[in-house]
Amino acid sequence: MIPPRFEYFAPSTLDEAVEILGRYGGEAKVLAGGQSLLPVMKLRLAEPKALVDINRIPDLAYIREDGGWLRIGATTRMNDVNDSNLAKRRYPILTDAASVIADPLVRNMGTVGGNISHGDPANDLPACMLALGAQFAVRGPKGTRTIPAASFYLDTFTTALEPDEILTEIQIPKPRTGQGNAYEKLEKRAGDFPIVGVAINLFESGRKIESAGIGLTAVGPTALHAKAAADSLVGQAPGDAAFRRAAELAMQIAQPVSDLRGPAEYKRAMIGVLAQRALRTASKRAGGGA
Amino acid sequence: MDEAEAMPAEAEVGPFARVRVTVNGAPHEAEVETRTLLVHFIRDVLHLTGTHIGCDTTNCGACTVLLDGKAVKSCTILAVQAEGRQVRTVEGLAEDGKLHPVQEGFVEEHGLQCGFCTPGMMMTTVALLAKNPNPSEDEIRHAIAGNLCRCTGYVNIVKAVQYAAQKSRGGGSK
Repeated sequence: MIPPRFEYFAPSTLDEAVEILGRYGGEAKVLAGGQSLLPVMKLRLAEPKALVDINRIPDLAYIREDGGWLRIGATTRMNDVNDSNLAKRRYPILTDAASVIADPLVRNMGTVGGNISHGDPANDLPACMLALGAQFAVRGPKGTRTIPAASFYLDTFTTALEPDEILTEIQIPKPRTGQGNAYEKLEKRAGDFPIVGVAINLFESGRKIESAGIGLTAVGPTALHAKAAADSLVGQAPGDAAFRRAAELAMQIAQPVSDLRGPAEYKRAMIGVLAQRALRTASKRAGGGA
Repeated sequence: MDEAEAMPAEAEVGPFARVRVTVNGAPHEAEVETRTLLVHFIRDVLHLTGTHIGCDTTNCGACTVLLDGKAVKSCTILAVQAEGRQVRTVEGLAEDGKLHPVQEGFVEEHGLQCGFCTPGMMMTTVALLAKNPNPSEDEIRHAIAGNLCRCTGYVNIVKAVQYAAQKSRGGGSK
């Protein structure tokens, strides 16, 4: 399969990239790793008139802590996250997720920015971003603005990005003492899209949960923010009783559909199982355990 | 290119872009349609047909090549994305008529039956061993998760990778 024809641009600055996107008024797409875009183009699910390759723009690939944030450049490859000691040590949810996205070859090309801005509810990082309370720096013709993950996902393949805007940086709040997080993904086979996935972020203080974030993958039109489930944990002692109740609340907001990866009831049940599993791992990590 | 020849009218071809890429150490330059996939550039323009096209949907890994040393699926990369970069294909493994240790491993351990997945499997192995010269069986199995074999199974492929690892580290018998 060959993708449909397109004009190709490889600008060397963000401003130039934004200008080209504006010129095509919604008919151009940003090309980062291309691991989602090229397959959908081959299938004619997308037929952009132009591709704007942002890989030649310098300084868009990095993972660093700066100010109160972990900052990840949009074209950082998934395997750069997996190889990052900073991510492994302080943001284990990111390596939980990045190590199970597609396969190792795809992870050499696929980018963090692409996984987050593609808008596929089966992408793994969006749920993690919701759980972590991340925000995204976005460049457009009027400069840079910041969009919280919680208001970024509007519908399937539809985000708060304007056609002439580019996601440039992912910003994740730096971890505090007592924070732990985890991502659990259920796959039918290695490298597949998830059947379902659950992302958890917890803060514990004095054997009480102080705050929590929960994101769900592949059980709705977008990644879902399970706010009621997360709020139910606040003030509770971390443990099976609190985790079971949060898992039940997460199951309630899941809107799974039956497909090749399983019936809806099964997927809903698995949200409950994975939520409890991820909560136990996150809580263990919050206590400084592995 | 075959596809270009099959196009009905001049007006329906293009847009084009000039691509300069170093393949197995040799510089190449060609004017191709922007939508040309790297695997087609390698096979149809450079006539290096050791890189196979299997599923064409980013699943099977038969088209695996090294791009700046990293194993990638060349059916899901545009030729223009390789502009100015280094590509290594299976043709770049043997030197002076002598098989690369990874090729030798697949021969010695019978790491193939039909051989269709083998070039991709070997390129992934080359990248793995460059990063991790002494991988465990678990690490090998995870590393080849993006390369599918549909006939011989993975037991002998894992043995072939272990053979190559041993050989590359300068070891003799296992």
